[in-house]
Amino acid sequence: MTEQTLRQWLLTDTPTSRRHAKLSALYQGWLAFRSNTMAMIGLGILLALVLIAAAAPLLAPHDPFVQNLGNRLAPLGSEGHLLGTDSLGRDILSRLIYGARITLYIVALVALIAPIVGLLVGTVSGYVGGWVDIVLMRITDIFLAFPRLVLALAFVAALGAGIENAVIAISLTAWPPYARIARAETLTIRSSDYISAIKLQGAGGFRIITKHIWPLCISSLIVRVTLDMAGIILAAAGLGFLGLGAQPPSPEWGAMISEGRRFILDHWWVATMPGLAIFTVSLAFNLLGDGLRDVLDPKAGE
Amino acid sequence: MAVTEGNGKGRLSASLPPWLKTTLLTIGSIAMTMLGLLFITFIIGRVMPIDPVLAIVGERASQSTYDAVFIELGLDKPLVVQFGYYIWDVLHLDFGTSLLNARPVSEDIARVFPATLELATLGIIIGIVIGVPLGVVAAARKGSWIDQVARVLALVGYSMPIFWLGLMGLLIFYGILGWVGGPGRVGIFYVDVVPSVTGLILVDAALDGNWDVFKNAFSHIILPASLLGYFSLAYISRMTRSFMLEQLSAEYITTARVKGMSEWDVIWKHAFKNIRVQLITVIALSYANLLEGSVLTEIIFSWPGIGSYITTALLSADMNAVLGGTVVVGLIFILLNIFSDLLYKVFDPRAN
Repeated sequence: MTEQTLRQWLLTDTPTSRRHAKLSALYQGWLAFRSNTMAMIGLGILLALVLIAAAAPLLAPHDPFVQNLGNRLAPLGSEGHLLGTDSLGRDILSRLIYGARITLYIVALVALIAPIVGLLVGTVSGYVGGWVDIVLMRITDIFLAFPRLVLALAFVAALGAGIENAVIAISLTAWPPYARIARAETLTIRSSDYISAIKLQGAGGFRIITKHIWPLCISSLIVRVTLDMAGIILAAAGLGFLGLGAQPPSPEWGAMISEGRRFILDHWWVATMPGLAIFTVSLAFNLLGDGLRDVLDPKAGE
Repeated sequence: MAVTEGNGKGRLSASLPPWLKTTLLTIGSIAMTMLGLLFITFIIGRVMPIDPVLAIVGERASQSTYDAVFIELGLDKPLVVQFGYYIWDVLHLDFGTSLLNARPVSEDIARVFPATLELATLGIIIGIVIGVPLGVVAAARKGSWIDQVARVLALVGYSMPIFWLGLMGLLIFYGILGWVGGPGRVGIFYVDVVPSVTGLILVDAALDGNWDVFKNAFSHIILPASLLGYFSLAYISRMTRSFMLEQLSAEYITTARVKGMSEWDVIWKHAFKNIRVQLITVIALSYANLLEGSVLTEIIFSWPGIGSYITTALLSADMNAVLGGTVVVGLIFILLNIFSDLLYKVFDPRAN
C-alpha cells in the first residue's frame, strides 16, 4: 500500500516542492529507461562488473599472480581452472576477475577527467566569447583533428608506459568532443531570458556558469560519456595490448591478449577469454548509452 | 601605426568577395591546425625522458663531442627558435634520422606507407560496397530483419576490440580453415618477385602480369582488409541509414510515391541522390580513421605499414621515427577531414 502511494507521489502532476519535482522527473526517466530491455541488460552487466571488481578477492578461485609452471596452458574446464591457465600457469578466470578492477579504474578516471576538462573549456569558451572563444576552439579543433590512437601512442611515449599515463593520454585525446557539446549548449543557454534575469539580479559570470549553465549541460555530457566509455575501454585495451598501458604482471585484459597472442594457434583460450571480457563490457556500455540517449536526449535518437 | 593597420585589414576584409574570404579563412584554419599538430609533436619530443644527444653520440662520447652535437642539433637555442627549425625541417620533409637504422625517417615512411595505403584502401572499398547498400535497405525496410541485422552488426563493430577480432580471424581462417595467407604482405617465396613500381603489391603484380604473386598477395591482404572493412561498414551503414531515413520522411518523397513512381526509383533516384554528399564526407572520415586505426591491425598481421613502424619505433625509443610517423599520419588525417568539410560546403549550400 505504501509502495502504491509512493508511486503516486512520484508520478504526481502537481509537485509540492522543488525536490519533489526533481525526484518525480527522475522516476519518470527511470520508468522510460526500464522499458528499454537492451539498456537494462547493459546496466545489469555493468552492475555485475562493479560487484565482481569489488568482491574480487572473494570471487577469484586463485591468486591472479601465483605462477605454476607445472600446470601451464591448461585448457578450458581443467580441474580448478574453469577458464584454463596462461603461459605461466596463472588462473585465467582469477586474472579476468582482478582485471575488471583495472578496467573500471581506467574508465572511471577518463570518464571523470575528459568531460570535466571539456565542460570547463566549452562553457568558458561559449560564455565569454570573443578572442577566448576563438583561441579555445582552435585548440579544441587541433586536438579533434588528431588521430586519437596515434596521439595517445605519442603521449605514452613521452610520459612512459603505465596505467596512469595511459589514462592521461586517453583523456588528452578524449576531451575535445565534450568541449564542443558544452560550448553549443552554452551558446543556446546564454541568450535565454532567464540568464538575463539572473544577470539583472547581479549574478556574475562565475555564478552563472557554475550554477545555471553546468547543470543544463550535464545530461548531454552523460549520454556522450556513456557512449564514449566503450571507446575508452577499447583504447585502454589497445594500449595494454601494445605493451604501453598496464605493465606485467598486472592482469589487464589487453595485456593478457597480448600474452596469449603467441599461443593463439595451439592454445586459443588464453587470448580469447580476455577478448570476450572486453567485448562484453564495451557492448554493455554501448547498450546503456543508447538507452540513456533515448531517455535524456530523445531528439538525438533516430 | 597599429590603428591604420587595423583599419586597412578591416577595409580589406570588407572589400573581399565572400568566397575569397571563406577560402582565406579556410587556409588560415588549416595552417593553424597543422601548426598545432607540429607544436604538440615538438613538445612531446622535448619532454621525452630521452637525451637526443646521448642517443646519437652514445654513452662513451667525450664531453667535447657531446657539446658539439648539442650545438649542432640547435639545443642551445631558445625553444621558440628550435620550434622554428623544427617547422623548417618538416616543411622540407626532414624528420631526422632513425636511431635504429640510421636512415632518414622520411625514407622509411615513404617505404612503409604504401602498405598501409593498400590495406586501408581495400578496407574502405569493402566498407562502402557492403555498408552503403546495407544502410539504404535498412532505412527502406525499417524494422525488418535486415534492419535488425544491420543494427547488430554495427553494435558489435562498435564494441569489439579490433586486435582481438583480428586474432580470432587468424585463428579461424588461417589456423583452422587455412583459407587465407598468414601474417605479412606476401608469402616468403614471393617477396621482391615483382618490381616495385607503386609500392602497392596488388597493383605491382597486376602491372607485371604475375598473377601468382597477385593471388598470394590477395590471400594475405583479404583478412586484414575485411577486418578494417567491417569496422568502417559498421559506421558507414549506420550513417547511411539515418541520412536515408531523413530523406524518406521528406515531402518530395511522398509526392514521388503519389505520382506512382516505383519504390526502386524513389529510393535510388531521389532519396539516395540527395545523401551523396553527406555520404562522401562520412566515407572520407572513415577512411582517415582506417589509416590510423590500422595501427593495431598491422601489428596483429605483421603488416609492414606505418602503424607497425610507429609502434616498433616506440618500443625501441626511436623518437624521431615516432614523431615523424605521427606527423605524417596526423597531416593525412587533417587533410582528409578538411577535404570532407570542404566537399560539404561546396556541394551543400545549406551548410553555409
